[in-house]
This record gives sequence, structure tokens and C-alpha cells, in this order.
Amino acid sequence: MPLDLTETERAMLARAEGAAAGTALRIVVETAAMLGAKRLIEIASVHVDGCLYHGDSGTLFVEKLVEDRGAVRVPTTLNVGALDLACGAPVRLAPHEKEMARRMMQAYQRLGCTPSFTCAPYQAGHRPARGQDVAWGESNAVVFCNSVLGARTNRYGDYLDIAAALCGRAPQVGLHLPENRRAALAVDLSALPARLMEEDVFYPILGSWLGREVGSAVPCLTGLPADVATEDRLKALGAAAASSGAVGLFHIAGVTPEASTLEEATQGTPPERTIHLSAAMLDAARRKLSTRDLAPDAPIQAVALGSPHFSLAECRSFLALAKGRHARIPVYICTGRHVVARLEELGLRSELEACGVTIVADTCIVVTPMLPDGHGTLITNSGKFAHYTLPNTGWDAVYGSLGDCVETAVTGRFSRDDSLWL
Amino acid sequence: MAVIATAIPVLPGSAHGRVLRLAQPISFWGGVDPHTGTITDAQSEASGADIAGRVLCLPATRGSSSSSAVLLELLHRRNAPVAIVLGEIDAILGLGIIVAREMGWPTIPLLTLPAAAIAALPQDVPVTIRENGEIAVEDESGG
Repeated sequence: MPLDLTETERAMLARAEGAAAGTALRIVVETAAMLGAKRLIEIASVHVDGCLYHGDSGTLFVEKLVEDRGAVRVPTTLNVGALDLACGAPVRLAPHEKEMARRMMQAYQRLGCTPSFTCAPYQAGHRPARGQDVAWGESNAVVFCNSVLGARTNRYGDYLDIAAALCGRAPQVGLHLPENRRAALAVDLSALPARLMEEDVFYPILGSWLGREVGSAVPCLTGLPADVATEDRLKALGAAAASSGAVGLFHIAGVTPEASTLEEATQGTPPERTIHLSAAMLDAARRKLSTRDLAPDAPIQAVALGSPHFSLAECRSFLALAKGRHARIPVYICTGRHVVARLEELGLRSELEACGVTIVADTCIVVTPMLPDGHGTLITNSGKFAHYTLPNTGWDAVYGSLGDCVETAVTGRFSRDDSLWL
Repeated sequence: MAVIATAIPVLPGSAHGRVLRLAQPISFWGGVDPHTGTITDAQSEASGADIAGRVLCLPATRGSSSSSAVLLELLHRRNAPVAIVLGEIDAILGLGIIVAREMGWPTIPLLTLPAAAIAALPQDVPVTIRENGEIAVEDESGG
């Protein structure tokens, strides 16, 4: 074996710590060999993306790990499943698929995973420290973990994530290595109007542009004032960048933990390339976020919010904009059960439902069939929903601000304020 | 038999099947039906083609962290390609094969070959993949 394994690891491979740990370590070791890793690293936590049902094979694999007495060795949270177990929002899966999806979500819990079922685990209490090595799946969680928390993870594929949790190890490659976290290019935002950066709607557009432009390279943004860079905005930026491209880590000078300055982010060598971002470039990216042109006042069939899962603050923003008005079309707010619990404590769940909102927990509308059957057009403020709605559901998506989404919801007709872009 | 290319066996094995060569990358998740192996990506030049039972050759994959789940499902349903030859390694795809082996399901070889050599592989022609990475054709069809 080309990999340099410790004595503990060799014993684990020989099933000294049970069959499931042995299987898990074998999977990690073989993947490490494919990736050209020289050794494994110990990890502090895992976020499992593999709990979304894609077919019976995944359920059978996780149940096999349960049967072999697998138990996670580090704190492990779960990403979305294919069902809403917490709030019971209806999912149009056939009975067999529903049963297998449910079994999969349950089997992961029997391995000791926390039933968080959210794509925003970092807002559900799972926050590794700066510099810690972890093994996370789900592209938006990965980019947030690396960029905003400064913990270190690669994008772990389905089943490597749970394997890492069961053996507590991951291949020492990619973004676990400090030299690979260096920003190779700089993006200068200083030419953009300050009022743009003060709007939530700006961040998914910036992320979407960034993902298309840089692919999987590590960028460092400069010229973004620290006081506008809220956590929810960085979450939206990262999610969009990780869906239009393969961004796993970005830095923002003066904002994110590994970039007190551009120089720190580039590890002392100047960036290979600097891009000066203009409002026109962003406006072009904004247009690409809609999969069809819609005339003002055209009928629209749904509103989809919460990719990544809405935070409590985002739910409050929705309520503040809705001002008690009732929606004329279905409005889906996708969120985690951690937020639903808070909404209930605060009496806000009933307020949202009084506006006609369907709260979707544990899953979301682009990973499992939830939208009404057939074709329609929805409006969203999420760059990630804008990217995945058409390929995953067959529905068209138009992109707007949260305010645009609320106004469209209450009239049932497309309403968007484009004045920021004129 | 004539050896027409020597690939690097990332996950070695032997196989025999007709080449299905794609010029453009595809994503397994969202681009391939995990039940049947049909390419569903409308933008792929091979949209509607069936990868089941073929020696699937492509310059790269569009990476998805769920491609392992899709390939595992295809292997479980016996609708996977008989071998995959990639221009660059996709470890997440390979993961699907490793997990299938852990489950005792049939597995397939995964190999890498430079994209230029992949582009020269004969479309639709039956080939034999050997443990050592050699790709061979019957002499008469080898040209």
C-alpha cells in the first residue's frame, strides 16, 4: 500500500475496531490512493451529504453499516433527506421510494449522526474552529466551512463522508493543505456602487458570477466593506458560487478569517491575475440567473425560498416585508428543524402560515418532488435555486430580491424592482 | 488482438464491451438516469444514449458529489458501463465502485487515459480492457 498508515489505522483496517470501521477505513484509504494522498489526517467533525435518497443502493449500504455495528467517531450532522420528517410537507415520491428514503434517514441516525437534516449545519450549531480539519459534504456547506469559518475541508462525495465519520480519518489532500488555500486571483469590487453591496440581492449574483469566472480556483475579493458582509449574505454568496462553479474556498480581504489583507490570502506572493468587476458584468450575471424572460405582471406559479436553508433572521425579513398580507400562490420556505423550533418558540411559525407559507423542513424543493406536478415558473432570491430549478424539476426560475418574491407572492404576478440595475 | 492504447488502471479489472465515446464531459448526477443508465443531459451530444454495458470513454466528468451514489445505483441495478475510461481522475466516481465492492456487488474497472488518446478510440467498436490497463481490439477491426 503506497499510503503511509499509522499503527492504529492498520489495526482498524484489520477490523480490530469492528467490521464497519474496517469497511469505512478501506473506503477512505482507497480514495486517498486515487487522490494521490501520502497519508490520512484525523478529522474533528463530519457533515454527511449522502442521506439524500438516489435509489435503493444507498439505503442498503447505510443499513449494512448499521448491521456491522458502525458508530460515528466524531460529531456528525446530516444534510437534507428526500422527505420532510419534521413538518410533514408533502413529497410526491412513490410509496417504495418514500419508504427507502425514510429508512435511509433513520439508518444514518442509528450510526450516531445528529438528525439535523439541513444544508446550513453551520447555522444549526455545527461550527468547527479555524484551522480544524473536518470532512464535510454539500457544496454550500463546504464553501462556508472553508471560507467563513476557516476550517479545512474538501468537498466529500456521497459515502466518503460517512466513511470518514466512522473511521475519523480523511485523505490529506486539497484544501486540508495550507498551500492549496492560497488565493491565486484577486477580484476588485471597488468600482461597484456602494448601494449595490448594501442589498441582499447583490450576493447571490456576485457568487454566481464568481463561480462561472473562477471555476475551482481560490479567489480573494477586495473592496467589500466589512460591515455589509453579514453571515447570511456570505452564505448566499458561497452557495451561488458553488453551484455555478466549483468554488470550495473564497477569501474576502478584511472579512474572512484567512484574509486580514489580500497579501495574507495570497500568502505573500502577488495574485496571478486581478479582475476588476463592473456593475455591467454583474448585471449580465443577474440575467443568467433567470431561465426565462418574464414580462412584468405575467402570472407566476410559486415562490421558492431557502437554499441554503433559511435562517431565523431570513424568516423575520420575510414577515417584515409581507406585513400580514396573504399569498395568492404557493410559497415554500425551506429551512431546518433547528429554525422551525425557534419559529415555534417565538410564535412566528403560525404568522408565516397565516401568510400562506408552506414551511418545508429536512429537505427542499429541488432535491425531491414537491412542486405541483407539471411545468410552471417560480421566483426565487436564491442563486442556488435559480441554478438547479430547471434541471432538477423542469420548472423555470426567475431571480429577484426577497422583496420581489414577497410582492409577487401577494399578487400572483411577476413583480421586480430593477431600479438598482438601471 | 491488437493493443490500441494503454491506460492507467486506477481501479484495475478486465472487461469487454463496445466503446461509447463522448467528446464532452457529462455529470453523472442529473445527467444520467440512475435506474436505467440513459444519458438524460439534454446538452450532451449523446443525450438518449445508454451507458449500460458499454466501455464509457470521456475526457472528463462534470464533478458532482453525488456521482458516487448514481454509479453505485447503476452497479446495483446491473445497468452500469462495463468499464469507464476518463481523461482525468474523478475520485468521487471511483468511490461508487469501491462502495459496490464493499457491498459484494459487481464492480468495473476505472482507468485514465490522456484526452487525446481517448478521442482516438474507435466509436462503437468492441474492445477488451485488461487488468494492466491495455485496451485491445480484434485484429480485423483494429484497422
